[in-house]
Amino acid sequence: MSTTDLGMPAVRGGARDGSRDTGLPTHSVAGQGNLRGTTSFPRAAHEKLADTQLRRNLGKATGIIRGKRAGVVAELDDWEELRLAGSALKADVMARLPELLEQLEENVTARGGHVHWARDAAEANAVVAELVRATGSDEVVKVKSMATQETGLNEALAEQGITAWETDLAELIVQLGHDAPSHILVPAIHRNRSEIREIFLREMPGVDPALSDDPRELAMAARAHLRRKFLTAKVAVSGANFAVADTGTLCVVESEGNGRMCLTLPGTLITLMGVEKLVPTFSDLEVFLQLLPRSSTGERMNPYTSTWTGVTPGDGPQEFHLVLLDNGRSAVLADEDGRAALHCIRCSACLNVCPVYERVGGHAYGSVYPGPIGAVLSPMLTGISGPDDPNASLPYASSLCGACFDACPVRIDIPNLLVQQRAASVESHPRPTAQDLALRAAALVMSSPGRFAAAEKGLALGRLLAGREGRISSLPWPLSHWTDSRDVPAPPAETARQWWARTGGHDEQDGERS
Amino acid sequence: MKIAVMATCLGDAMFPQAVKATVRLLHRLGHEVVFPEGQTCCGQMHVNTGYLREAVPLVRHHVEVFEPVADGGWDAVVAPSGSCTGCVRHQHAVVARRAGDEVLAERAEAVAARTYELSELLVDVLGVTDVGAHYPHRVTYHPTCHSLRMLRVADKPLRLLRAVRGLELVELPDAEVCCGFGGTFAVKNGETSTAMLADKMRNVLGTRAEVCTAGDSSCLMHIGGGLGRLRTGVRTVHLAEILASTEAGRTPAAAGTPGGVRDEPVEAQR
Repeated sequence: MSTTDLGMPAVRGGARDGSRDTGLPTHSVAGQGNLRGTTSFPRAAHEKLADTQLRRNLGKATGIIRGKRAGVVAELDDWEELRLAGSALKADVMARLPELLEQLEENVTARGGHVHWARDAAEANAVVAELVRATGSDEVVKVKSMATQETGLNEALAEQGITAWETDLAELIVQLGHDAPSHILVPAIHRNRSEIREIFLREMPGVDPALSDDPRELAMAARAHLRRKFLTAKVAVSGANFAVADTGTLCVVESEGNGRMCLTLPGTLITLMGVEKLVPTFSDLEVFLQLLPRSSTGERMNPYTSTWTGVTPGDGPQEFHLVLLDNGRSAVLADEDGRAALHCIRCSACLNVCPVYERVGGHAYGSVYPGPIGAVLSPMLTGISGPDDPNASLPYASSLCGACFDACPVRIDIPNLLVQQRAASVESHPRPTAQDLALRAAALVMSSPGRFAAAEKGLALGRLLAGREGRISSLPWPLSHWTDSRDVPAPPAETARQWWARTGGHDEQDGERS
Repeated sequence: MKIAVMATCLGDAMFPQAVKATVRLLHRLGHEVVFPEGQTCCGQMHVNTGYLREAVPLVRHHVEVFEPVADGGWDAVVAPSGSCTGCVRHQHAVVARRAGDEVLAERAEAVAARTYELSELLVDVLGVTDVGAHYPHRVTYHPTCHSLRMLRVADKPLRLLRAVRGLELVELPDAEVCCGFGGTFAVKNGETSTAMLADKMRNVLGTRAEVCTAGDSSCLMHIGGGLGRLRTGVRTVHLAEILASTEAGRTPAAAGTPGGVRDEPVEAQR
C-alpha cells in the first residue's frame, strides 16, 4: 500500500497569471488535424447504433475493463488522496506552464536532446518529416501515440514518401484495416478477434494462411511481422505519457514491450508531445504511475515503463528530438475554467464508464479524442465555428450522468466542462437558431409566475392529445425524437399549484382518484 | 419545522402527485408545509442545454421566491427531485458568477445551503428512516444520476424504502447506469437515449417488479414512457408517493404513472 509524496505542489505553484503566456508564440492557434469529424454526433450515432456487432464488441470490452478498474482501484485506501494529488499537480503545471516548459527544454538540451516547438499539427508534422528525411530513412517505427494521431502524422509522412509502421498491436490492427482509432487506450476496441483475423489474413505480408482467431496466435503473427520492422528501422517516433521538467526525462508506459523496442533499437528517436504532458518533478511520477495504469488498463502497474533523458552514449538512440505541440492548447489554457481539460492523462477511464460511448463507440465523435473527455477537449482545441460545426454537437453527446467525473483519476469535472462547452456552442450562433428562440421564450415564461401559470393552461391541449388512453404517443418535430420511442403521460387535470390554491395542502382524503 | 416545497416545473405541471405526496408525508410527520406560490422553474433545462445567460433571470427569480429560507422564515426547502436540487446547489451560483453577479451568487448559495432533495431532508435533516408508510408491492429502485453523483444521496432512498411496511424491495442490476434521460439529451440525441433506455428497461423487467421508483419525476417519465410504449405493465411511481402511502389512507400504486399512463378514468378528472 503506497502513500503519496506530494512535495506540496500548491506551494510550488507560482503565477496564476500564466494563463495567457505559455512561452509559445503569443497568438494561440486553433487545433487542426484529426480533431473534427464530418457529421454531427446524432447523425454519426444513428449509423453506429444500428451496428449490432459494434454494440456487442463495445459492451463486452468496456464491461471487462470497468470491472478490472473497479477491482484495482478498490485495493487502494488512498485512492481519493491520489486523485486529489494528481489534480493538484496538474493544476500547478497549468498555472506555470511557460516556466516549466522552458525548464524542460533546458534539461533535455543539456542532456544532448534537441527541442522543437510546433504551433499546430501541420508544423509538427513538417518538423518530424524533416527530421526523418535528414536521417536518410524512408520508414519509421511508431510507439502508440495520441499526439501523432491528433496531427495525422502517418498520412503527412506518407505524402513525403516515408512509411510509418504502427507497432502497438491495436494500432497495427487499425492501420492494417485502413481504419481509424475508436478508443484512446484500445484503438481497435470496436473489433473482435474474428474481424482481426480477417484483417491480418488480408493485409499482413507473409502471414500464415492457416491463422486462427485464437488471441495468442494473432499476437504471435503480429509479433513476427513487427520483429522484422524493429530490426531494420533506423528511426522511431513516439508520444509521451509524461515529461519531467526538472530532469528532462520522458516517460512512456505500455503493455506489450513493442514501445520499448522502438525506444531502444533505432538510432534516432523523435517524440511528439502535447505541451500539457508535463509534471514538475521526477517524484511526481509516483502519483501518476499509480493513477494511470489502474485507471486505464485496470492493472496495478503496466508491464513496461520506459524513461529516458536526452541521449546516453553507447546505449539506445544516439539522436533524440522532442517536438512540443500546441495545436490549440494555449487557447484552452487561456480559459480559466476550461483549462482543467488539459489535466487529462489519456487513461480512457471516462470512455469505459460512459453509457453514451458504450453504445455508439469512438468513431461517432469524429475526433481522435472520443468519449466524455473528447466531447469537451475536441471542441476546446478546435474552437466552435457555428451551429453546423460537427464539434458544436459534441458537448451535447452526454446525458450529464456524471460517471466520467467519478472515474477520472485527476478529478476533471467533465459534466461541468460539458455544460461550459454547450454554452460555447450556443454562443457561436451568428443568428438565433430555432432552439435558441424556443429556449429564450421558455426563459421568459418561466421567470414569471403569471406567465408560467398562463402557459400551464396549455396543458389542456395535452390532455386532448392524450385522449381516452391517457397517453401521448406522437408529437411533432422536434418532440418526435421523444415520442419515437417513449409515451408522454396525459397532463394532470390540476397542477400542483392549482391544488394548493384549492386546498391549502390539506386534502388528506382527496386523491387523484375519485 | 416549517418547510417550503419546491414543486419543480415538471412536478407542478405534469406530476403533481409527487408534490402532493411530499406535502402529505411532511404533514404526517408533523411539519408545517408552505408552497411558495411565486415559484416557477430552477432553470436546469436552460443551464444544461448551454443557455447560461438565459438562465440568469430564472436563477434570480428562484432566489427571490425561496430566499425566506435563508432569512429564517422557513427552516428548509425540499424538492422531490435530485436533479433540480442539484441545479440549485451546484449550478445557480456558477450561473450568477459567470454573469458577473456576485451578489446574486452569494444569495443563491445561501438558499442552496438549506435546499434538500426529499431523501436528504428526511434522513439527514429530520432524522427519520421509518416514515410509517405501507406499500404492499414488489418495487425496484433506480438511483437517478444527479441524486447519486451530484448530491451523493447514497443509500438514503433505499433505507427509506426498506422501512416501508409490505414493500418487497428488489435490487435493480446495473442500477447506477443512467437511464438515458439527460433532459434535452433525450430529444437532441433521441436514438442514443433510447439505446440507454432499452438496457434500463431490460434490467427493470428482469426484476419482475410491479413498480419502478426513483427520486426524480423526469427520469421516471423517461423510464415510464418506454415501459408504457411497450405495454409492459410496470408502473413508475415517485419515491414520495410510496413514502406517503399508508395502510389507512389512500395510497398506492395507482397514484403513480402506470407504464407511463395515468390509470384514473379520464372522466373522473376535472
